[in-house]
Amino acid sequence: MREGINIFEEDFWAITDILNRLLQGTNARTILLIDKAGQLITSSGDTAKIDVSSFATLSAADFAATSQLASLIGEKEFSTLFHQGEKENLYVCLIADRVILAVIFDMRTTLGLVRVRAKNSAAELEKIFNDIFDKLDKQTGPKKGLDLDFTKAAEEELDKLFGF
Amino acid sequence: MALINYASREINSKIVYYGPGLGGKTTNIKYIYTKLNPEIKGKLISLATELDRTLFFDFLPVDLGTIRGFKTRFHLYTVPGQVFYNASRKLILKGADGIVFVADSQIERYDENIESFENMNDNLQTYNLTLDRIPLIIQYNKRDLPNITSVEELQKVINPQNKYPFFEAVASQGIGVFETLKEVCKKVLLTLG
Repeated sequence: MREGINIFEEDFWAITDILNRLLQGTNARTILLIDKAGQLITSSGDTAKIDVSSFATLSAADFAATSQLASLIGEKEFSTLFHQGEKENLYVCLIADRVILAVIFDMRTTLGLVRVRAKNSAAELEKIFNDIFDKLDKQTGPKKGLDLDFTKAAEEELDKLFGF
Repeated sequence: MALINYASREINSKIVYYGPGLGGKTTNIKYIYTKLNPEIKGKLISLATELDRTLFFDFLPVDLGTIRGFKTRFHLYTVPGQVFYNASRKLILKGADGIVFVADSQIERYDENIESFENMNDNLQTYNLTLDRIPLIIQYNKRDLPNITSVEELQKVINPQNKYPFFEAVASQGIGVFETLKEVCKKVLLTLG
């Protein structure tokens, strides 16, 4: 299992660009990109009315639980999920085995359009994430992470925050 | 595993509270939720049964603030402790950056602690992970009750080499709760450095 995801500027903007194009191309309300552990990578569209942390966590949990259901009936994975509501709908698909793309949309668009355009975007995103994972796998020598200064500052912040 | 986004300058880490059923994992998270300032905590989500037993997980995001330009956030999860929810436990454990093992100090729960600890190791192994790579903090909870096993005795079976930091706690009163949280956060940040 790869350790974590580190996303650098160039990849981040490429990812954001794909999400923005998908948002415009589908007329969806919000698009979220979430890692399988439930952490939000980035989003596009209207997130003002959504608790994105909770949404990311529950989407990942939903996906994880559904994957287990798939394996119980002999499927490797259900690669897409669709939840239909009265006004809002949710379409979710998996990218590069590690990242979840969630599209929230209403009656201004259709499931068919979301599905087709999301599939195209998923292919583009998959390429970027595979590159990111390759880069992480190939990293040799000292891990490019956070410096000691950071750890020290974080400790001070913890002291302050938790009041010890 | 931790998500470090250099573009949006964010770090997200996942901490999982593990342990036997009714040991106090949710109590820890709920206490943290009640004590933290509203501006640094998110919504507490509990996927629980009608009888308030954890069915899938509890979730609480905690913002540490901006450190050296990085918005640092911890996601706290609990697993369902009951034996038959192992599939859910395994899912929650995936991607954990740090683990708090909440042991129940009561004499009659002695065996459940050992079983749960072994179960945690088994579940980690399915992800090719070991406790050498993920920081673990042990919390001996319910120290206020009369019928408890001594910490020395619990250490012998759960932490025989004293490899993992441990705290005594009474989570229902908040004793030891933040000490445990702070230690696991520190250890997780060290692994990122």
